[in-house]
Parts: sequence; C-alpha cells; structure tokens
Amino acid sequence: MQLAGPNGAGKTSLLRIIAGFAMADEGDVLFQDRSITKYYDEYAQELLFIGHKTGVNTQLTALENVAFWLKINGYDSKQDLYPILAKIGLVGLEDVPVRMLSAGQQRRVALVRLWLNSAKLWILDEPFTALDKSGVAFLQERFVEHLNAGGAILLTTHQDLTTHFSDLQTVTLEYRH
Amino acid sequence: MVKQHSYWQLFSAVFSKDLKLAFRQRAEIVNPILFFLIVITLFPLAIGPEPGLLARMAPGIIWVAALLSTMLGLDKLFRDDYHDGTLEQLIASSYPLPLTVLAKVAAHWVITGLPLVLMTPVFALLLNLESSALLATVLTLLLGTPLLSFIGAIGAGLTVGLQKGGILMSLLVLPLYIPVLIFATSAIDTSSMELAYSGQLAILGAMLIVAIIAAPIAISSALKVSVS
Repeated sequence: MQLAGPNGAGKTSLLRIIAGFAMADEGDVLFQDRSITKYYDEYAQELLFIGHKTGVNTQLTALENVAFWLKINGYDSKQDLYPILAKIGLVGLEDVPVRMLSAGQQRRVALVRLWLNSAKLWILDEPFTALDKSGVAFLQERFVEHLNAGGAILLTTHQDLTTHFSDLQTVTLEYRH
Repeated sequence: MVKQHSYWQLFSAVFSKDLKLAFRQRAEIVNPILFFLIVITLFPLAIGPEPGLLARMAPGIIWVAALLSTMLGLDKLFRDDYHDGTLEQLIASSYPLPLTVLAKVAAHWVITGLPLVLMTPVFALLLNLESSALLATVLTLLLGTPLLSFIGAIGAGLTVGLQKGGILMSLLVLPLYIPVLIFATSAIDTSSMELAYSGQLAILGAMLIVAIIAAPIAISSALKVSVS
C-alpha cells in the first residue's frame, strides 16, 4: 500500500502512529484484530520500520551496524553477511565507518535489513531517497518477493514505482490548513 | 530468518556497542577524568595548601567533582541514538526496552563512573585525604556513581528530544542527586572520626537497588515520550 500526498500532509506522522511511536488523538491501531498499544511486543515481532532516520550509526562500520540490528531484534548475528552485502553493493566497504560512505550507500546499509528479517509488515518512509536507478529497481524486486511470500508493505514515496504491483493500493492524504 | 530470544544477546549488544563507540571517540572517556582532576587540583590552589583544611574538605570536593563529571556525559547518553533513529529501532525491537536501557546505563557507568572510582586513591593524595577516609570514599563512590548514572539517565531520557535540554536536565536531576551526596559525604565524615559508617553505606546500597529496579522503567517511559 502506498501512502501519497504533498509535503506536510502527514504521511510520516501517520506511519509513526501505525508503527506505535506516536499516539493518535482519536482511534486505535489494530494488528490482526488486536490493539497494538496493548500487544506491542507481539506486534513488534512482525514489524520492520525504516524511517527518515534510519537507525544507522555513522561511527560504526556497515558490518557492525547490520550485526547490531540483528542482535537487538533477536536474529542470528553470526551468519555470513558478506553475500547479502555483496548483493546490495556494499562489499569492499563493510569495514569503513558509515560516515565515510555516500548518502545512497548509507541508505543501503539500512536497507540490508529487508533481506534479513522475518517480519510480515514493513513500514518504509521514503525508502528510495538517495538511491540510484538500479538500487530502486533492485529494492522493488525485493518488495515483490516479500509480497509473494505473503507479506505486506506500507510505504511513502514521491517517486513512481517502476515495477507493476498488481494489488497496489494508494491512499492519498490531503493537506489541510 | 529464525528469531531466537536471548536477553543476554540484547544486553551485550547494546553494552558493547556503547563501549566500542566510547573507545573510538576517546574524549568521552578522558573528559570526565580530566574534569575531575582539574577540579581537584584547583581547590588546593584556590583555598591554600594547608593540609588540615584540605583533609577536612577532601570528601566534599571529591564528591562534588564526581557528581558534576558524571553529569558531563549524561547529555550524550541518548542523544546520538535519538538523532540517528537507533532509539526507534530499539523501541520497535521485540525485546523489553527497560533491559536495553539498563545496558546503556551500565555502559555509561563503566565509561564515566568506574574510572573515577579507580582513580580516586591517586587523586586523594592531592587533597591529603586520610587513609581511614580513603576506603570510605572509594566505597561510597562505588555505590554512589552508578546511582548518579541511573538518576541522571531519567533526566537525559526526558530531555533528549529538546534542542537545548542540558540546562533543563541539570535542573531536573540535581535535586535528586542531593540525597546521594548527603549520605555519601556523611559516611566519609563518620569514617574519618573512626566510627562505623555501615549505616550510610546500607542506605546508599538500598537506593542503588531501588534505582536498578525502578529507573529503567522510568527511563523507558521517558524515552517513549521523547520519541513520539
């Protein structure tokens, strides 16, 4: 599902409410018919959130960042990460502090998580920011894989999706003064 | 991708990440000790090098210096994680946030508090602290500095989202530091009179246990408020 709307319409705010970081003034967010505020831990098991602030520490290397993320989410961090880093175009850069990398490469360090999780629901805020064309296409391939595996994706983007998603729904928020 | 819940894995990941970062930017470790040393060397210069007077004032000076140098690093405790989005990832992790917070505060203490405890015997020489009071000083610092880290982290968590939260944090935290200061210096005073000071130590220990149990929960709530 794509969330569209002009700058300031509240896309990010809505995503943060759905991810459980902010409270809505009215109403409740349900996941599998259960309120996420009450069952947040179970919801968090099935949630992958990558926001504007990606959660990548710029002092650490790409490899350290990925391993840390795996550990705090209870995944096996001792697995061989090189094939995945190679796939996303970060090989040779895995031991460089992330602050030395370009914006697009830093974004890729965060996006590696998409290949390393078992969450059903992905909430992605502007995932294509700073990515090059091949990166965008590559990411959409991964989206298709995830959807075919029965997952759901909620994202905002100002770029047009180049891949055709058969069951894409678009919700447009309007800017209100 | 199989999930395997291990609280120890979470604790060690957060703890070792903070230590690793501190060792990469050495200023974080060196600054509090340097500040501590500067305060302690300036006092004899300012009030005169009379040994009796210095020995009398030493416990107070050491404790005030320790308290202020702990506060130096507090501002940084959650700031980087807040700005780069790591805090959101930690909240969205399926592990309980208080455990994460406990690991972060423990790392903060190892970086700022523990070096002070270890250096105190050396610095105490500069203030002519009596040997009978030295043990009491080290013991009170050992119980008191982690307490300062826990209390301070509540303030740091509440103010992390603010632009200039440093001053507000000091105002929030300092009143809560005063009981620690009173009991710690009272223990050292008692010890220099060659009396038993286990009572004050017991109170500090009790406060520390309450802080270990209750503070992580308070800090987690404060962080969630700051992130939203």
